[in-house]
Amino acid sequence: MARLRATLSGLGPALVVGAGGLALWEGVVRGFGIREFLLPRPTSILGQLVDHWPTLRHAGWETGRIAVSGLLVGILAGVVLALVTTRFRTLDEGLTPLAVAVNATPIVALAPIFNAWFGITGTLSNQAVVIAVVFFPVFINTARGLTEVHPDEVELMRSYASSEWTILREVRIPNALPFFANALRVVAPLSVIAAIVAEYFGGPQDRIGNVITSNAGFARYDVAWAAIAVASAVGLALFAAALFVERVSMPWRVASGDGDSLTTPGREP
Amino acid sequence: MSGAAIAIEGVDKVFNAGSADEVAALRGIDLAIRPGEFVSLIGPSGCGKSTLLRLIGDLLTPSRGTVTVFGKPAHQARLDQDYGMVFQHAGLFDWRRVAANIELPLELRGWSKADRAERSAQMLDLVQLPDFGRHYPRQLSGGMQQRVSIARALSFEPKLLLMDEPFGALDEMTREHMQLELLRIWRETGTTVVFVTHSISESAFLSNRVVVLSPRPGRIHSVVDVDLGDRDDDTREDPAFFAKATEVREALRAVEAGG
Repeated sequence: MARLRATLSGLGPALVVGAGGLALWEGVVRGFGIREFLLPRPTSILGQLVDHWPTLRHAGWETGRIAVSGLLVGILAGVVLALVTTRFRTLDEGLTPLAVAVNATPIVALAPIFNAWFGITGTLSNQAVVIAVVFFPVFINTARGLTEVHPDEVELMRSYASSEWTILREVRIPNALPFFANALRVVAPLSVIAAIVAEYFGGPQDRIGNVITSNAGFARYDVAWAAIAVASAVGLALFAAALFVERVSMPWRVASGDGDSLTTPGREP
Repeated sequence: MSGAAIAIEGVDKVFNAGSADEVAALRGIDLAIRPGEFVSLIGPSGCGKSTLLRLIGDLLTPSRGTVTVFGKPAHQARLDQDYGMVFQHAGLFDWRRVAANIELPLELRGWSKADRAERSAQMLDLVQLPDFGRHYPRQLSGGMQQRVSIARALSFEPKLLLMDEPFGALDEMTREHMQLELLRIWRETGTTVVFVTHSISESAFLSNRVVVLSPRPGRIHSVVDVDLGDRDDDTREDPAFFAKATEVREALRAVEAGG
């Protein structure tokens, strides 16, 4: 309870700055007479959000489903492959540099190609983009966490005549958790971005990406902005879920006071 | 030598044998350690003292010669978990509470939960941290973490304790305190201790014998017998202690001079 209160009071300054920012935005648009199609006022965006709520809610839900399903499959694939490569060193040496190289390429650029592969009528091609975007950071970070173990810790386990399997369970996997959590913080909001960008290139028309492009096409920028607000909310919700998973899976970090930061984790050497 | 806790006979250790970066770490090591003895290994960096400790623990295998621990090959002794190990880095697992860290070796041996809890409580008393079982390691100071590490190494009552510069990262006051703690635990448990250090006073204060190694390749230069009886804080100001520390220092100087 005390922790919840601490978290809420920690959010206080952010809320004040956020509200201040919106007020400033409203004031600047009104004060300088900026035309609505260039930058709509927050209040008009809110109005459109209310007017188009059924459409936007549906679009947010559908896009969210693509993001979440792609996220889960990408995470699962990344973690499984990381476990496999840690166990088989030759695979690790071959695969990891390749993964790092692929990770550096802009994967969303593949969206039109995925459309050709998986079709534009279903959701598969959009999910494939999300999976590809999520997979690499999860794989690379988790594999690092599994291998970057202090040598003393491995020697200690060997002094107990432990098998590789026991070392994996007792040392490597817990050691990889903070690395995995880092990846999760990155890919959770990224999955929403990937889903929307993929939607720009095709797929069913009732999604956030299409709502943004079609409304922008008809100069209804305030509706497009309302759709962006919905997308942000979905992204934020997934980021919050990632933080929650991190807290629950690593109680020791919360206890030693380094789980409270919204920025960077990582284990001390 | 029969009845020895540890017998090292004609041991060489070469790293990367046959390649361009071949390093002869140890050559012609013969050493016997009696049960219950406290032996320190000291020498300049690169003399192979940590390597020798790892050979005893079967964390490395000798290139030549044999290492026997309690009458059996070192490998078998490791499989039988005959020794506990303490490193300079306390090496506690962040994700386990202090008590669970101490219980780790017991868990791996299949002890019941009740037995483990009872033993970890005893061990926390032994290292004088009775109220810290529910803490996480990162909530403890460096000296406290190292005490937990010692408790973990002793939890399954090994007859042998291998320590690799365990107090090297501690400040002077904590270090002296920990030395006394270690001697008390050693007296109470009767464990054989092999202790790697690069501190002259530490080696003389703690040990029955100080083994002085010379580097490249590591060899035993000399062995200094230290007969100071029971030690306490006054020992540190005892002329007999100074004489022994001086003897170790002279040996190290001879080593540096290439003697």
